[in-house]
Amino acid sequence: MIDLRLLSRTTIYMEDVKPQLLKVTIDGIEVEVEPGTTILQAARKIGPEVAPPAMCYYQPLKASGGKCRACLVRVAAGSAKDPRPMPKLVASCLTAVQDGMIVENTTNPQVIDARNGIVEFLLLNHPLDCPVCDQAGECDLQNFAFDHGKVTTRYEEERRTFEKQDIGPYIQLHMTRCILCYRCVFTADQITNKRVHGVLGRGDASEIGTYIEKAIDNDFSGNVIDVCPVGALTDKTYRFKNRVWFSKPVDAHRDCPTCSGNVTLWYRGEDVIRVTARKNEWNEVTEFICNTCRFEKKKTSDWTIEGPTKISRSSVISANKYRADTVKPAFGQRLAAAEYKAIHDERDTSQLGIQQLAPERFAKVLPSALDPEP
Amino acid sequence: MQLTTRSKQVSNKEMTLAEKMYLPAVISGLAITISHFFRKKPTIQYPEVKRYLGPIYRGHHILKRDEQGRERCTACGLCAVACPAEAISMVAAERKKGEENLYREEKYAAVYEINMLRCIFCGLCEEACPKQAVYLRHDLMVPVFLERDEVIYGKDRLVENMDDRYIRVANPEVNATPTEPSLTRAAT
Repeated sequence: MIDLRLLSRTTIYMEDVKPQLLKVTIDGIEVEVEPGTTILQAARKIGPEVAPPAMCYYQPLKASGGKCRACLVRVAAGSAKDPRPMPKLVASCLTAVQDGMIVENTTNPQVIDARNGIVEFLLLNHPLDCPVCDQAGECDLQNFAFDHGKVTTRYEEERRTFEKQDIGPYIQLHMTRCILCYRCVFTADQITNKRVHGVLGRGDASEIGTYIEKAIDNDFSGNVIDVCPVGALTDKTYRFKNRVWFSKPVDAHRDCPTCSGNVTLWYRGEDVIRVTARKNEWNEVTEFICNTCRFEKKKTSDWTIEGPTKISRSSVISANKYRADTVKPAFGQRLAAAEYKAIHDERDTSQLGIQQLAPERFAKVLPSALDPEP
Repeated sequence: MQLTTRSKQVSNKEMTLAEKMYLPAVISGLAITISHFFRKKPTIQYPEVKRYLGPIYRGHHILKRDEQGRERCTACGLCAVACPAEAISMVAAERKKGEENLYREEKYAAVYEINMLRCIFCGLCEEACPKQAVYLRHDLMVPVFLERDEVIYGKDRLVENMDDRYIRVANPEVNATPTEPSLTRAAT
């Protein structure tokens, strides 16, 4: 038998230790988070339907975020103590939550409008060379523009263009495609020992520089490819090898002295054409891998295969792949239920049904038709 | 209640002599038959004579070139991912220095194959193509094949011949110099 007194004492004890949880409402969904959490992290806790898009924020990288404004949200009530709304839209990746905060993300048309504008700004100088770009299919900007972009552009000036640059023997920099999210700079700062590339110039003229094209010879430099949200930093060993959605991702690991060795192998037929770090559901790498794993181990015999990578059903990478768990029979029904809209249908339906004929019509062949109904 | 105006009253009256001979009826029947000999024949002698299939018929695939004769296809793979029959496959390659007059973009399809046994001629590849490279000709059908190795069409049979360019009459956008949508103007 459980000692009730002991149980209650434990509960009190636990409440003492636990920090005060803050209650936040995002798009009408309540969630409790620890102090210091940002709105974006709180929204991610709820799920991908509520989480604002992020082009520059990258959870594993310290100080990232606040650059792209893709995650702007409206704060309808600042906190329980001071329920005034915040005057302007705020970047959810930088704003910490407060108790009783009410956040409007996709439910507010002002936020959607702002995001549409952000896409337009990000695409001002971004070339529309997705058919050529190796990032297409796993590109954050592509996803963002798919959700919020317009079909046409209002920009008529000359776009800024740069020559392609080689950063070391394995990485290619297409500065034309860069959206200046600074993720690669933070990666170089935090993952590698000494930074050899940063951002040169200011405003429209700023570009990712390597200080006179000095090659990054760091063991972990290849991770800038994975963190890049667009196709600005690409793998030279994978250049034009295949489209992302034709290759088959497989989780694998190996004993690596420098890194965790947990990677995703991308197969075309029997050949490994690319090795990347594993990405979580927010498209973020949590375990960075070394250049040896990424660029030099491209044989199946180097790896211990764990099994196919989980790819969301909506991703283009799952196209033309017929694993049992990618094709869900209930998917169509759930989609139909989610998209169902009651339509205004007030027609005169009295003529549509089968009409009852008068009983006199049958009197000759069926005399009982005239009998009163029981 | 009258259901139709063509109904006739049936009678059992005695036939006349002319009717008993059946000759007028036979002759009038034969006259109908003979008159058909002199009518215009609706049959088309198919392999020799081919019928116009309309301006939107989806026939033989073609990989267009642009006005300077460069291949438009950039091997983006959208046709292959749109294809419900998975008939299209391709291998991309990077354009080298000096090949600018051959290929339009820095990437091109080194191999582009369509399996005509698989193709269902739905035209989704044409719709998916962002570079206006692949079209289904309205004026040419894929010929009958006798051997299985004839079925996979490579670039040698798909790329447009500059001396005999494909022009779609019904759609002025598919003329000899297809117009680019304004969006791709600044694409590198």
